[in-house]
Amino acid sequence: MKSAVVVFPGINRERDMMLALEAVTGQKPVAVWHTDTELPKVDLIVVPGGFSYGDYLRCGAIAARSPIMKDIQAKSLKGLKVLGVCNGFQIITEAGLLPGALVRNAHLHFVCREVKLEIENNSTFFTNRMKKGAVVSCPVAHGEGNYICDEETLNALEGEGRVVFRYTQGTNPNGAMNNIAGIVNEAGNVIGMMPHPENMIEPLHGKSDCRPLFESLLAA
Amino acid sequence: MKAKVKVTLKKGVLDPQGKAIEGALTHLGFGGVEHVRQGKYFEIDVAETDKAKALSEVKAMCEKLIANTVIENYDIELA
Repeated sequence: MKSAVVVFPGINRERDMMLALEAVTGQKPVAVWHTDTELPKVDLIVVPGGFSYGDYLRCGAIAARSPIMKDIQAKSLKGLKVLGVCNGFQIITEAGLLPGALVRNAHLHFVCREVKLEIENNSTFFTNRMKKGAVVSCPVAHGEGNYICDEETLNALEGEGRVVFRYTQGTNPNGAMNNIAGIVNEAGNVIGMMPHPENMIEPLHGKSDCRPLFESLLAA
Repeated sequence: MKAKVKVTLKKGVLDPQGKAIEGALTHLGFGGVEHVRQGKYFEIDVAETDKAKALSEVKAMCEKLIANTVIENYDIELA
């Protein structure tokens, strides 16, 4: 399982993501700089968290128009697996790889804490080692994770089982519609999520609840 | 030409920043504040001198970057 992690100016979770990918898959991911125009040959591309371009204009908006994004868009249409975490979710959503938008947390506060996620769809490349309905702990750290979309999109996401991760009742940290924490595209090869599973994979993280998510990559 | 672009949140999109400003205005004693929505304003100088061409160029900029049309509307004024 070869992977690459895209690095934009202002991104700060790329190391955690690379360490998690290496720890579980046994292969060191390749770092790809945002001005590159072609991705290396990999099975998975991860857009990590952070604050690309200091959230100028809108979170993820500038990074979504970086040179490397053209190739990510083109290859995702051909089935390349893409995972966007936190700012990465915002970036791939701004780039149109996923529907909807991520806006300012409803209560205006930046949240940095642990939440509970329910695995709603366990047939994706990032959840196939989980049981449907399983609840895992996962940290969040964001100021703009409030997922919104129009009614038609929401009905499609819900009706087609494309809500992959949902905050359990009472743990929604940002006001996201229907407690949505992560979604998958129609084709099933692009996943975006606000929480940081890369920070909950070993005992030193406090818990290793999210390790099976990374193990899922090996089966996919 | 100079384009003045206003970007506003679509109706129904929650605007917690506007709400916070609304609260602060009320705290300052402005009793008549009923509702605040926060938006963005851009001034873009373009080399194009033909109004119609400039408008379509700025419109494309708005669609591609300046606004996220999932959540925002934009309004262009050319001067």
